[in-house]
Amino acid sequence: MCQVLLFGRLADVAGWRERRLDPAPATLFGLRDLLSAEDAQLGEALAAPGVQAALEKAIVRGDRPLPHGCEVAFLPPMSGG
Amino acid sequence: MIRLTNEAFDPGALLTAFCADRTETGAVASFTGLCRAEAGAAQTLELEAYPGFTESAIAEIAEAAKTRFALQDYEIVHRVGVIAPGEPIVFVATAASHRRAAFEACDQLMDYLKSRAPFWKKEHGPDGARWIEPTTQDKADAERWDKPAGA
Repeated sequence: MCQVLLFGRLADVAGWRERRLDPAPATLFGLRDLLSAEDAQLGEALAAPGVQAALEKAIVRGDRPLPHGCEVAFLPPMSGG
Repeated sequence: MIRLTNEAFDPGALLTAFCADRTETGAVASFTGLCRAEAGAAQTLELEAYPGFTESAIAEIAEAAKTRFALQDYEIVHRVGVIAPGEPIVFVATAASHRRAAFEACDQLMDYLKSRAPFWKKEHGPDGARWIEPTTQDKADAERWDKPAGA
């Protein structure tokens, strides 16, 4: 099981912001592939430059195993102020 | 202190409170960012954060700036939710013994908040909504601080 969060324009493209996947893929790349296979537009948005992933509220680069019950977030380019 | 808020805030009151009871602080610098109307193109701004992650990501940078500039204290208040033109979006204040450190730390914290802090900003206008991403200038501004102090 894992909780998937989308932020910014990724949530607009997908039409959802938060989703529980049970069972969940074993890895972060597996999760991204699954989401992309389900929704090609979201897949394209996730592959856009500057999109980062956070596992348990920490930015990760590259692939990672997804522990049971984890929270994964996909973060488009950030802009505050 | 770092605070995200859904409510409008008064930057003057924040600055007054931040300056209170400081007998060893020679310098307080502050910055207030306001929501621009863009000549009618922006009716409202919508700011999204990732609760828990946004605060800790800002704290990491703020603590590094505190060490780098030998700050005595800092305060960062950032709006989330729907913001109208003219309303403050962000308030940053820094306290140091001397002015240069206070100015520079405030400048760095704002450059960071503009392009690297976990916020997502949507502009709602008469022609619909669009997501705002950091400009090349915003990114270049933040990169100024990536080299070590004095390099």
